Amino acid sequence: MIGGLFIYNHKGEVLISRVYRDDIGRNAVDAFRVNVIHARQQVRSPVTNIARTSFFHVKRSNIWLAAVTKQNVNAAMVFEFLYKMCDVMTAYFGKISEENIKNNFVLIYELLDEILDFGYPQNSETGALKTFITQQGIKSQHHTKEEQSQITSQVTGQIGWRREGIKYRRNELFLDVLESVNLLMSPQGQVLSAHVSGRVVMKSYLSGMPECKFGMNDKIVIDKQGKGGTADDAGKSELGGSGKQSIAIDDCTFHQCVRLSKFDSERSISFIPPDGEYELMRYRTTKDIILPFRVIPLVREVGRTKLEVKVVIKSNFKPSLLAQKIEVRIPTPLNTSGVQVICMKGKAKYKASENAIVWKIKRMAGMKESQISAEIELLPTNDKKKWARPPISMNFEVPFAPSGLKVRYLKVFEPKLNYSDHDVIKWVRYIGRSGIYETRC
Amino acid sequence: MPAVSKGDGMRGLAVFISDIRNCKSKEAEIKRINKELANIRSKFKGDKALDGYSKKKYVCKLLFIFLLGHDIDFGHMEAVNLLSSNKYTEKQIGYLFISVLVNSNSELIRLINNAIKNDLASRNPTFMCLALHCIANVGSREMAEAFAGEIPRILVAGDTMDSVKQSAALCLLRLYKTSPDLVLMGEWTSRVVHLLNDQHMGVVTAAISLITCLSQKNPDEFKTCVSLAVSRLSRIVSSASTDLQDYTYYFVPAPWLSCKLLRLLQCYPPPEDGAVKGRLVECLETILNKAQEPPKSKKVQHSNAKNAILFEAISLIIHYDSEPNLLVRACNQLGQFLQHRETNLRYLALESMCTLASSEFSHEAVKTHIETVINALKTERDVSVRQRAADLLYAMCDRSNAKQIVAEMLSYLETADYSIREEMVLKVAILAEKYAVDYSWYVDTILNLIRIAGDYVSEEVWYRVIQIVINRDDVQGYAAKTVFEALQAPACHENMVKVGGYILGEFGNLIAGDPRSSPLVQFNLLHSKFHLCSVPTRALLLSAYIKFINLFPETKATIQEVLRCDSQIRNSDVELQQRAVEYLKLSSIASTDVLATVLEEMPPFPERESSILAKLKKKKGPGAVSVSDLDEGKRDGGGELNGAGERGPESSVVSTPSPSADLLGLRSAPPVGSAAQGAGSLLVDVFSEAGPLAPASGVNDDGFLSSEDSAPPLPESDDPPCGPVPFQSFRFVCKNNGVLFENQLLQIGIKSEYRQNLGRMYLFYGNKTSVQFVNFTSTVSCPGDLQSHILCTPTKPVDPLVEGGAQLQQVLNIECLSDFSDAPLLNIRFRYGGALQNLTLKLPLTINKFFQPTEMGSQDFFQRWKQLSLPQQEAQKIFKANHSMDKEVLKAKLLGLGMALLENVDPNPENFVCAGVVQTKAQQVGCLLRLEPNIQAQMYRLTLRSSKDTVSKRLCDLLAEQF
Repeated sequence: MIGGLFIYNHKGEVLISRVYRDDIGRNAVDAFRVNVIHARQQVRSPVTNIARTSFFHVKRSNIWLAAVTKQNVNAAMVFEFLYKMCDVMTAYFGKISEENIKNNFVLIYELLDEILDFGYPQNSETGALKTFITQQGIKSQHHTKEEQSQITSQVTGQIGWRREGIKYRRNELFLDVLESVNLLMSPQGQVLSAHVSGRVVMKSYLSGMPECKFGMNDKIVIDKQGKGGTADDAGKSELGGSGKQSIAIDDCTFHQCVRLSKFDSERSISFIPPDGEYELMRYRTTKDIILPFRVIPLVREVGRTKLEVKVVIKSNFKPSLLAQKIEVRIPTPLNTSGVQVICMKGKAKYKASENAIVWKIKRMAGMKESQISAEIELLPTNDKKKWARPPISMNFEVPFAPSGLKVRYLKVFEPKLNYSDHDVIKWVRYIGRSGIYETRC
Repeated sequence: MPAVSKGDGMRGLAVFISDIRNCKSKEAEIKRINKELANIRSKFKGDKALDGYSKKKYVCKLLFIFLLGHDIDFGHMEAVNLLSSNKYTEKQIGYLFISVLVNSNSELIRLINNAIKNDLASRNPTFMCLALHCIANVGSREMAEAFAGEIPRILVAGDTMDSVKQSAALCLLRLYKTSPDLVLMGEWTSRVVHLLNDQHMGVVTAAISLITCLSQKNPDEFKTCVSLAVSRLSRIVSSASTDLQDYTYYFVPAPWLSCKLLRLLQCYPPPEDGAVKGRLVECLETILNKAQEPPKSKKVQHSNAKNAILFEAISLIIHYDSEPNLLVRACNQLGQFLQHRETNLRYLALESMCTLASSEFSHEAVKTHIETVINALKTERDVSVRQRAADLLYAMCDRSNAKQIVAEMLSYLETADYSIREEMVLKVAILAEKYAVDYSWYVDTILNLIRIAGDYVSEEVWYRVIQIVINRDDVQGYAAKTVFEALQAPACHENMVKVGGYILGEFGNLIAGDPRSSPLVQFNLLHSKFHLCSVPTRALLLSAYIKFINLFPETKATIQEVLRCDSQIRNSDVELQQRAVEYLKLSSIASTDVLATVLEEMPPFPERESSILAKLKKKKGPGAVSVSDLDEGKRDGGGELNGAGERGPESSVVSTPSPSADLLGLRSAPPVGSAAQGAGSLLVDVFSEAGPLAPASGVNDDGFLSSEDSAPPLPESDDPPCGPVPFQSFRFVCKNNGVLFENQLLQIGIKSEYRQNLGRMYLFYGNKTSVQFVNFTSTVSCPGDLQSHILCTPTKPVDPLVEGGAQLQQVLNIECLSDFSDAPLLNIRFRYGGALQNLTLKLPLTINKFFQPTEMGSQDFFQRWKQLSLPQQEAQKIFKANHSMDKEVLKAKLLGLGMALLENVDPNPENFVCAGVVQTKAQQVGCLLRLEPNIQAQMYRLTLRSSKDTVSKRLCDLLAEQF
């Protein structure tokens, strides 16, 4: 279990220190600072063991969050907690920065008291927390005894993430499918590794205690239905129509509100949603990924002092869609002494501080291609070391899900109140972003 | 140094550095650096040439980036270009970059060396200094190779500026420290020594560091510096504080120089010249007098400088150890410091007094401070000071104050720091033994010691007390009584139990008369500790029990009961179980006579050096306890217990070769395949065969446990071993390979190679018969004290079997420690057809094998020849020629000798001269040889001169047989 939690600024000064167990002493704070934050060599492992004490850290901009324990804990649990903690703090006061943490430090201690008990994670649902931990001062007479007991029963009850009696004039529902696509490709265009990690994020403003049901084109479900009905040929026709019709999900995790038993038995996702924003599920796919862009590099070394680079990018999706925020990063050798760039589209610039040529294109439609060529002058050096040729990386944003995931339905039932599925206004959005999208050159 | 003009401030550099300092994170810093590197690359790449200023600026930035921990792989060329600039700042930055980032890149090194050469040759003193600093900072072997010849010239040249001389001296010192073989002073020696007379104090200070270092290596060559140093010292000491102006530091004239001079003098024995000596004594007296004067300033720097000189002077006095008057004065001075406020001074005083205590002249004077030192031991706050105090007490201890000091140390031990306890324990043990007049006092002390600091009492200490008790009849009874009393304490240390078990087992009968310590009471007391002890102690106690059965038959039943119980006879520890089984059987089967013989009292141990002392020496390193040599101490103690294996076989009790000294000393042999029970039954068998009247001598250790050696010893052949066969030494003086020995059976070939002071010798043993040699062994021994001159170790023992017609190879590693005249002996034994052959040969190892040839010109040769003109350094022989006097033959022989044959040196072309250096680990001995043949008279005159008389003599003898 977590013995303590520390938050440091970039200098290693302690902003927040909360110790839950006696086996964690004050010197643990310094041990982490000395061995990780101020380490001579950058520490890349998120878990560090110092004197039989384990430190799990995540870094958000310049802020370090470190969970400390002396026991053999589930590391995945600790990281899940740390990320959740980040989410909670973001939900309360926005960006996690030194200033924000200093301004909200009473709040953070309050939160830490609530979401960790003797080192065991408790309720970390922002919606629920916000009902009794607020940023503004609360006058005690404001809460009646009844309300207080309600909070208690809600927090300790079966549906801890939603309180009763919520009422909206407009029942609205927002659903975002956010995916990040990761790729490593050989210079010849062979896919070496690719996967998509996606999230389904919802924002719900619904009255009462509604029961929701979410459906997507999960292969298992589709296959089951295909077998159940006689839609064998129907499936075929669909295949011909819009590419592929179902996707294979490698693994997925759900928000605590989803009834897992139902998912296990029927593969259906049904839940009573929390109020406000939350992440319904997370998933990962590795098969049949639509790669939105293809990068074709061409690097030629002309003697010892010159390098010619030509990079072509091709967009590989429907021409009606527009990709945005495209950025191609072409690494340059460490002994670069000058760069000339010519590109047809967008803007390209040699950034010496990052040892790379950065090429930015604002928008690009599908099934197009664009090209950049650069001449790099090199300074002869004493070192006989060859340039390692790091891969060319890319960033972009596309308005579809590269995994091929489609939302089939999202149904809302609220038997007690008089609104039906049709009255709920639903919004669905797909955003595909690049994760680590690299092509070797 | 030219003033740095305002324009040279390098704003760009300052901006860059402040940018880096302001970076919030490591990533930001790396970004900034990458940007700067790209900028510098583009600038260096640029087609238009950079001016000196920007070059300097960029090289500076690169240097800064490198110092931040980033790799720099360009810009070296630009830095080298800066070296040829005429501006001081540019040159300086260039040199800085080179000294920090130099790598052995061949082409650049050549350019750099060239630039340095130019600067050294320039008449500009600043440039020369920069170049010298660069050489010293790099200090690599390549640098030494390139400039070792040049720098001495600059150092002694008349027109060199003082500041350059200073740099040159220090640079040379640095090169000498890295590669002493390349820096040869040779002809410069005397002129370097005369730098001590230089007008400029800075030059003298720099030169003296160099001279000190050089004279530590070859004291003889720099002997002349003593008188110069003394006169310089006396001038400084007698000068008024205002005379030396710049070199007066807080009213003390030239303190650093004085300290260095005093240190230099410590490399040499007291000067022989009376006048010089008188002057030196006067100086030392003045220094001691000055210490008594009231301080001229209250500043700490003043007293520090003064005391530094004083302590250095005291070290010199101690080093000379010949002036009783000065020694006593020094001691008194130190005595004052013992109560000084400054902790550092007290520490230094204690430390110096330790060495003073060992001098016969000042020992008494040191002793007068005993109270202060004891007080220091008790009250000092700093543990290192207390440690020194303890050292001093140990050093000043003699018979008169031993009791007091030991008592104080014992009482201090109770509160002593853990870090020094073990050492204190050893010291107390040694002092108690060394100065024991009354052995009951000794026993008391050691038992007290074990009681107070049992954990820190090492094995050696309690071995020793037992040795002494066993060897001295008069204390045995007292020891038994004291031990018995000590054991009554409810919690006593395991070491105490060991001593108690041993002594009561041996001498329990001496106190058994008293009903308070009747045998049964003794046994119960011992046995009450049994279960709290570790296995070795329990084993010892079991042996004590069986001794009890012998001493007190009335305890037999009780003890047998104990031995018989499951926790003993079925103990999971093999050793304990075996003892229990064997002792039980022994006590039940053997008759009282047998028991009495087997379990007789331990015979006295042979006299040996105390093993505790050896341990203390090992702990502190050689030298640290030189004071404590037991020279005049008594050696009543006797031999060390754990080495007592060589007692005669008539000793009825089984001997104790194992280090776990115990009563019966059953060898704790590793359990053989048969389990302990098997061993037990074997024992029973032995007894049942031998019967109760088994001769005591048969019950030896090996017979007890194993019968693997039961085969009767092979009859030795009665051939008298042949004495050492002298090798025909003259045959191998000039060659390294050949046949060393040959008879009808065996041929020994030899092949050897030497390098510096190391050598390797391959011995080939050829079996000339068709029958195999068995039990073939060869050992190399160094008779007498040869051991300390040469090390000769076989890499591995030879194969014991040599087939007929086969050849066996053995490799000897040889290391020459210092010069030697005798040769190691090779002893070969083997059995040929049942007859034992024994052969002893002298190895053809002569001092000339370690020659390193030295080439030199005629002038050099004769200068050195003259330097070695003392009568004992020369050895000469005139002898008749035994062999051909052909010139070429002689040449070949002289070359084989290992020296360099110098052509065109001697004015007479018939004569031969050679030069070489004998490389030994301890020192290098330069040798010069001159051979003058007289064809008409068929005679030679051979003259050898070397810096060491024994070497000249030995070489002369060796060579005379050659021609």
